[in-house]
Amino acid sequence: MSIPSDALNVIRDRDAGDGAPLDETRAASRLGLIGRRFAQRRLAVCGLLAILALFALAFLGPYLGQWEYTEHDFEAFQEAPSAEHWFGTTRSGADVYALTLRGMQKSLIVGLLVALISTSLAAIVGAFAGYMGGWVDRVLMWIVDLLLVIPAFLIIAILSPSFRGQTWLLFVVLLAAFLWMVTARIVRGMTISLREREYVLAARYMGVSTPRIIMRHVLPNISSLLIVDATINVSAAIIAETGLSYFGFGVQPPDVSLGNLIAAGTSSAVTFPWLFWFAGGLLVAIVLAVNLVGDGLRDAIDPSSRTR
Amino acid sequence: MNSLVLVGIATSLAYILAGVSLHPRSHYEGRNPPPPPAVVDARLTELNINDKTPILERFGNWAGGLTQGDFGRTWDGRSVNDEMRTRIGVSLRLLLIGTIVGGILGVLAGAWSAIRQYTPSDHAITLLSFAVLSTPVFVLAVLLEVVAIGFNDAVGAKFFAFSGETSAGLQGGFWTHLIDRLQHLVLPTMTLILAQLAIISRYQRSAMLDVLGSDFVRTAQAKGLPRRRALFKHALRTALIPSATLFAYSFGLLLVGATFTEKIFGWHGMGEFFVDSIIQSDINATAAVTCFAALLVLIAGLLSDVFYALLDPRVRVK
Repeated sequence: MSIPSDALNVIRDRDAGDGAPLDETRAASRLGLIGRRFAQRRLAVCGLLAILALFALAFLGPYLGQWEYTEHDFEAFQEAPSAEHWFGTTRSGADVYALTLRGMQKSLIVGLLVALISTSLAAIVGAFAGYMGGWVDRVLMWIVDLLLVIPAFLIIAILSPSFRGQTWLLFVVLLAAFLWMVTARIVRGMTISLREREYVLAARYMGVSTPRIIMRHVLPNISSLLIVDATINVSAAIIAETGLSYFGFGVQPPDVSLGNLIAAGTSSAVTFPWLFWFAGGLLVAIVLAVNLVGDGLRDAIDPSSRTR
Repeated sequence: MNSLVLVGIATSLAYILAGVSLHPRSHYEGRNPPPPPAVVDARLTELNINDKTPILERFGNWAGGLTQGDFGRTWDGRSVNDEMRTRIGVSLRLLLIGTIVGGILGVLAGAWSAIRQYTPSDHAITLLSFAVLSTPVFVLAVLLEVVAIGFNDAVGAKFFAFSGETSAGLQGGFWTHLIDRLQHLVLPTMTLILAQLAIISRYQRSAMLDVLGSDFVRTAQAKGLPRRRALFKHALRTALIPSATLFAYSFGLLLVGATFTEKIFGWHGMGEFFVDSIIQSDINATAAVTCFAALLVLIAGLLSDVFYALLDPRVRVK
């Protein structure tokens, strides 16, 4: 294990309240430290920039194009990319550029929401199971094991006909409900070791309630793990979402997701490449960027994993 | 034992969920001319998929059949067992080769890149595995297909085959058939191998790096073991332990990956069966595939426990 190369202390000029400059040695804030370590990692920074660019493309891009994703150009069927249609058109004359960006929006939003919900769920379940122990622990871990036995993909696919025609938010909840188990196990393990720390014991003996101890003392101490996990979950969620939508088990038409688009373009990947590669390429770009950022964050937050 | 109960519960859960959310009735009512409702009801009841029967009663019937190894019948009356018999073999062929070859290559690639940390080959392996990890199976499969088509064109021969397990109506002896099967096998298996390789190699690399710095590897080299033997016998073996655990988790992913692969390359395996049964609102078939998947995950979990015990003497002593 190498020692982090960055200094733990920085000397800064700080204005005191009365305006007189004051020389002071101050511990670098944890956030600043993480930020600097993150900035040292070129690939991670590239990933972050790529994510920003992709978001901008997804949410600002539609204003640049001339076509709406619902519109059909009846003078251009299945045409290669041109000045009129930047990504070409589909067999029914829809603009692939508009469709792809619309699909990106949906996939990005679904990914973010799912990651947020599932990581929160994992944190709460894992922390309660680890902190309370006993039968609570056993019941919760049993549920985790049960959900791990069946690939989530199958269950969501089975349930998909019943949310056909419903809002896609239901789909988000379902995805989140099947993505939290492994993290919950890790959180539980960390909580068990945190449970015996002095500050937690002190809080307990002072009569602080269990939910409060978990919220105020346990969760903040594993926040770095949770942040990294949430990032990784974004890409996992996007892959799961597009995969389900690929088979028609996810986001339903008329709404568009990258998965639907890729499924529609798969058979023409060789003959009409624009139908497949724009959606496919952007999907890979999103997931890759998120993964790079997640990896960089992990290294920045946890110096012992720098070698990864 | 506990895990077998889990499989039972998981399958039951899948059956009940499928029973509630899938509606095979529409197949019969949508026929032209529409059959009389009484006939439809009778047929649905016969197949034990009538949504007018309470779900628990249907479940009871189905579970009763299952105790005798009968998964019931598909929505149009064929036996699910018959359907599964051929499909299981197809899926297992893909999954076994994918897991074993992918696992071994992943371990080797990860260990190799850890030993040569920060060299060009390490960077290349890391970048590649990152790229593959970020590529969903359904994009990866098409990518391979396009590359293979390019290769076929360049060579001017049909070297890779894209759809199905065999060419239809192929004449010839054993060797012709074997080669034909292999040609069909390459692309789908490659897809799974690559996906598996990427995951395992990432974990293997970090596990190996942790081990390489440890005292016992230095001792092994100091006492005069050749570097190669020290690395293989002492470092790699210890570093395999976390991968053994990962194996169980990654198997679920592989299973889902196989669904895409089968669908894209036109293999008639369990994954294809699953997707088709949901699209056709087939309750019994869906539950049967879920049971198969849960069993495989269970077996993968058991295997990873066995590996764990083989690799880690401390577990055996306990």
